[in-house]
Amino acid sequence: MGNDAVFRVDGLRKSFGPIEVLGGVSLDLHAGEVTVLMGANGAGKSTLVKIISGVYERGGGTMSLAGQNFAPKTPAEAIRAGVVTVHQNINDGVVADLDVATNLTLDRLSGSGAPTLFNPRRVRREAKAVANRMGLMIDLKARISDLSLADRQMVAIARAMAHQPKVLILDEPTSSLSSAEADRLFALLDWLREQGVAILYISHRMSDIRRLADRIVSMRDGVVSGVFDSKPLDYEGAVNAMLGRKIQLDRIVARNSARPVLTIDGLRIAEGSRPISLTLGDGEVVAITGLVGVGKTALAETLFGVRKPLSGTMVLNGKAYAPGSTGEAIAAGVFLVAKDRSENGIVGDFNIQENISLPFHKRMSRLGVLKRRVERATARRQIGELGIVCRSEKDEMSALSGGNQQKVMVARWMSQAARLFILDEPFQGVDISARRDIAAKLRASANGRATLLFVTELDEALETADRILVMSEQSIVGEHRNADIDLERLLAEVAGGPLHSAA
Amino acid sequence: MSSGWVRMAAARDHAIRYGFIVLLFGLIAYFAIAADGFVSPQSAVFIFQSVAITGVLALGVTATLVVGGFDLSIGSVATSAMMAAAYVMVVLEQNAVVAIVACLLIGAVVGLINGWLIVYMRVPDLLATLGMMFLLVGLQRIPTEGRSIATGMTMPDGSVANGTFGRAFLALGRHRFDFFIPNLIPVSVVVLLVLAVLIWFFLEYTRFGRMMYAVGSNQRAAELAGAPVKAYKIWAYVISGVFASIGGILLAARLGRGDIASGNNLLLDAVAAALIGYAVLGAAKPNAFGTAVGAVFVGVLLQGLTMMNAPYYTQDFIKGVVLVVALVFTFALSGRGTR
Repeated sequence: MGNDAVFRVDGLRKSFGPIEVLGGVSLDLHAGEVTVLMGANGAGKSTLVKIISGVYERGGGTMSLAGQNFAPKTPAEAIRAGVVTVHQNINDGVVADLDVATNLTLDRLSGSGAPTLFNPRRVRREAKAVANRMGLMIDLKARISDLSLADRQMVAIARAMAHQPKVLILDEPTSSLSSAEADRLFALLDWLREQGVAILYISHRMSDIRRLADRIVSMRDGVVSGVFDSKPLDYEGAVNAMLGRKIQLDRIVARNSARPVLTIDGLRIAEGSRPISLTLGDGEVVAITGLVGVGKTALAETLFGVRKPLSGTMVLNGKAYAPGSTGEAIAAGVFLVAKDRSENGIVGDFNIQENISLPFHKRMSRLGVLKRRVERATARRQIGELGIVCRSEKDEMSALSGGNQQKVMVARWMSQAARLFILDEPFQGVDISARRDIAAKLRASANGRATLLFVTELDEALETADRILVMSEQSIVGEHRNADIDLERLLAEVAGGPLHSAA
Repeated sequence: MSSGWVRMAAARDHAIRYGFIVLLFGLIAYFAIAADGFVSPQSAVFIFQSVAITGVLALGVTATLVVGGFDLSIGSVATSAMMAAAYVMVVLEQNAVVAIVACLLIGAVVGLINGWLIVYMRVPDLLATLGMMFLLVGLQRIPTEGRSIATGMTMPDGSVANGTFGRAFLALGRHRFDFFIPNLIPVSVVVLLVLAVLIWFFLEYTRFGRMMYAVGSNQRAAELAGAPVKAYKIWAYVISGVFASIGGILLAARLGRGDIASGNNLLLDAVAAALIGYAVLGAAKPNAFGTAVGAVFVGVLLQGLTMMNAPYYTQDFIKGVVLVVALVFTFALSGRGTR
């Protein structure tokens, strides 16, 4: 440590059309050190990684590797130069139908100088060399599809390491691993660190970060918002720099609620997590915040009947509530605006009107025949209510902006009265004005139901909620009334205690 | 931008929307001039009759296309139903009602099995129904050891089958209703029209049809909107199976025997009609009206060409050309095809 940077990025810029994604990022990586890169969705991490690994062309700035100018035009060039990236999706890195040996030597099968004929013996010999160097204990004859995710990732990393890179970049490598599997990965990374590899590790998981980080770099809105390299590392500071407040907040007058709508008792949503207990009141807007991957969506889906809890009970309106399907949840008055609207919400072949009526066909039909007049009237009313910018209710969804598409999703679920209204990342990919419209609408119509938001961005919670709950490690770890909030404590809770750091 | 550009876009829009309908009428006009006797009630009825059975099958497969699936087993369901009808009446010596019920049951059960394979066993739709197709092609030959079924045939055990096709059953294939002209419209055409209106109404106007489209467009969104997606998918295959078995009943009634060699073209013709239907009115999605128009389009083309003495062996080629052109209309020009 303390030596010169082996890899240096200086003033890197990148724009897609008019949108600037990276606004001058500078970053140093040192040999034998793990640098953790933190940033919320859209902060520009992936773009940065893709430029470094030669997938994107940079818009400006310089990169240097071991003092030499580094400007890869293709991923292959970056690998040859000694910068290797293991991407987030493990299965992108391996070919499931081939055996381990072939996977370990896959990159030698093509390119100039590769022999035309496939020689299994030579492949196995080379694979063995690769595996031995890494201390990989996997049967070389096994098919990738028979391996666990962690083993597949080991194979992908081992192949990457066969190039003896100077820099290794891992993009959220533990996002689909169990904690035992993650431990094996960490052991491997420790070993690589000792070998003097400079590692850039991108993650949201605080337990990973506590386990591995020598330095933390936080990114926000396309720039580096904080560098933390003095021990002990300031984890709260890093989270603050990543989530930090960027806009003037609209003041919220926090409300209290006396009448409970939903009571959750001892709900466990993941193996080994602590139980969740909470109460949501009539007229209240509650936000649950936490980093990506702490179980926010799992909790939302549990409430909506998509998945079943491991244990615990829920009471809705004084009656036991255990939805077996989304249909039952809707019938009970529990609605969910799911995250990733294009994946989970929008029916692409349907126009605005048909998208809005989707969950309520039964209420809008007689003897199974849809009452189109009611459908159209509902759509028109909702378009007006939420201020959806469109020519008419017959517009295609693809003609709308992201903010207006999201408004349609919210309008869909607000077209009927809910008892519990859940919104999972409702402000994702939504411009600021649409975001304010939606938040204002949620607050104005809050009476008569409980409203529950799941958001990663703290600003969004502070802007909309009466009460903010903090989620970490699949459980609720803190609660704040949205008035004179103790941000220090809140951020510390988001950053999480060292629950799994012994791992 | 210039108004020329706008006009061009509008023209393209119109081409996509009405192109196929215009083509259909153009074709009719052409044959009316070129082929003697093409424009007559008899000719029109003949066209409808020739497409009645494939049309019924095509309407069924449309239901599976709507939920984003596909049913390759319809042809063999139809021939199985035909063989079953013949077997029930000729060998088991039962009446027409029993035969029809047996056929419909076969269609429904095959549809249920297809749906189960696809939804619960996670077999991809094309493969599941392909497997079912092979299974049925084989199965329908087992009871008679590969022989066609007709009154007086010798059974594998040496006995003679003495049952006959009931008069009522044969009427399904041979009776003609009076319509201004006596003995004009065959029953099969009426069945086609009734089923077309039924399925069209079901898909366009009921909540079940609407949700089937939602399932086909974005299954996850439909599920999160409270729809029992699995049930909808299975029902689509049941509809397809039942429609195919109705096609089989009509086929048996027309032939008056259980002909092991008939029905070879049913699958391809039906699928072609349904896919041509994508292009009708620029729908760019499976729809009952389009399917019916697609079936008629193929019928008109073949009838016209036959009357102009085009050789029979060019038929499949021409059908193929029409299908490819229709698919280009759907996917390239409208630019919003998803399947």
